[in-house]
Amino acid sequence: MVKLDEIQKRLIEEIADLHNVPDGAYNFRANGELAGRNTTANIDIVSKTDKSGIDIHIKPGTKKESVHIPVVISETGLKETVYNDFYVGKDSDVVIVAGCGIDNCGVQDSEHDGVHRFFIEEGAKVRYVEKHYGSGDGKGQRILNPVTEVYMEENSSMEMEMEQIKGVDSTERITKAELKAGCRLVVKERLMTHGSQHAVSTYDVNLNGDDSSADVVSRSVARDESKQVFNARITGNSKCSGHTECDSIIMDHGTILAIPSLDAKNVDAMLVHEAAIGKIAGDQIMKLMTLGLDEKEAEEQIISGFLR
Amino acid sequence: MLELKNISFSVEADGQKKDIIKNLDMKADDGKFIAITGPNGSGKSTLAKLIMGIEKPSSGRIIFDGEDITDLDITERARKGISFAFQQPIKFKGIRVKDLLRIAAGKRLSTSEACSYLSEVGLCARDYVEREINSSLSGGELKRIEIATLLARQTKLSLFDEPEAGIDLWSFQNLIRIFEKMRNEIKDSTIIIISHQERILRIADEVLLLSDGRITEKGKADEIMNVLGGIDCEPGSLCSKLQ
Repeated sequence: MVKLDEIQKRLIEEIADLHNVPDGAYNFRANGELAGRNTTANIDIVSKTDKSGIDIHIKPGTKKESVHIPVVISETGLKETVYNDFYVGKDSDVVIVAGCGIDNCGVQDSEHDGVHRFFIEEGAKVRYVEKHYGSGDGKGQRILNPVTEVYMEENSSMEMEMEQIKGVDSTERITKAELKAGCRLVVKERLMTHGSQHAVSTYDVNLNGDDSSADVVSRSVARDESKQVFNARITGNSKCSGHTECDSIIMDHGTILAIPSLDAKNVDAMLVHEAAIGKIAGDQIMKLMTLGLDEKEAEEQIISGFLR
Repeated sequence: MLELKNISFSVEADGQKKDIIKNLDMKADDGKFIAITGPNGSGKSTLAKLIMGIEKPSSGRIIFDGEDITDLDITERARKGISFAFQQPIKFKGIRVKDLLRIAAGKRLSTSEACSYLSEVGLCARDYVEREINSSLSGGELKRIEIATLLARQTKLSLFDEPEAGIDLWSFQNLIRIFEKMRNEIKDSTIIIISHQERILRIADEVLLLSDGRITEKGKADEIMNVLGGIDCEPGSLCSKLQ
């Protein structure tokens, strides 16, 4: 049975849209300890013995099942590194929901560094959703440094939705992917920073097999004094197609450095990058004002649409 | 009722003052459908923007329902009951048609309510409510969605700036139908349309001819068309036909 306090329940709602214990497999981690686990006939979750973390085994052919692995931290000063490995069996079709919420009311920094590795077998389809959220008015920083590695066997596909909208002071995200023939990777990143937050997001995608493709799209908003760096690199080692896009809004004194890079090592590689950074268009605000919103409300609507 | 009293508007261009609107007086009573026409550059769009508060007059007063709104900003005027359909609808990233209709209505809308506004403007609603208001929509679709937002707002005064501009013929037939319907259903509200199109002018109770920043004629469509000869105007518009 999962026992979570009110703060932890609120964090879980924020990061996983969960109001209750979910159906299917799950592993709840709260303040560095296991708070609940459920396995199914097709999905097994085993704690690692050599270090902190879990192995998730999804049997070949598993269809329409989900795995939730939320992490919540409400203790100030807690720092942890967790290693989670996902083994996704051949021809399975699953949804994996991860996410980390930190509530830090204290003065010491709280930090969660999650290292996720995905080993996706032939023909498997994965949808991966990850949300990060921070709250608490303490002076202690809320730090999240996720590392995601994706290894894809032939004709598999992975869709990643990664969202960090609020409250995380510092984040350094590294995502690496290796794709074999016929694989498809789609990444949708949503990021908003405010205050004096700092966020770095780095992608290193290698299209190794023929007819592999990747689409890495980031939309971000930098407000107040916050700083962001988006560094996406797609390497084409085969007959492949890759697209990376960084579309950003800057406000107040926010700054964004976008470094999209393409490395074509095969004459049949087709790679495209796009990057656009700018403030909210004045005529968009004006239009919403003619519908009765004030300037601040108009900005909020534009941003929430942009990050949807 | 809307009343413009002695409104002037000028801009600085190349160090020179240029008068766009000159000592203009105008009245639009409740329940009236008024069309404003005139050659390009005569100040029609500026006039609409002055009423919405997007531009502020250099001098003169704007009275709406007995209240002086000259110093109110766009939001305040919108909340008093003025709405404005842009000549070139604004595009957004991520904002969907149903989001814009919800903002316009000022309340939560069910999907079927949102759909009813889209059906009014001849769009197959289910296909559109979830669409983003971006470049994937055609000019005609954007225009009709723009009109749907005004239907959702249901304000006392609705301003349309060249609703026919940039739409195809098929959409145009629909547009006429929409305005005919609005004309028939108009009660205490007022509609002001800036247009070059004869068929729209013919629906109006009164047509105002704006020329060089002044209203030079007013009357029924036929009367105005009789005096339109000799005015420079764009090809295809009604005044060019009369030349």
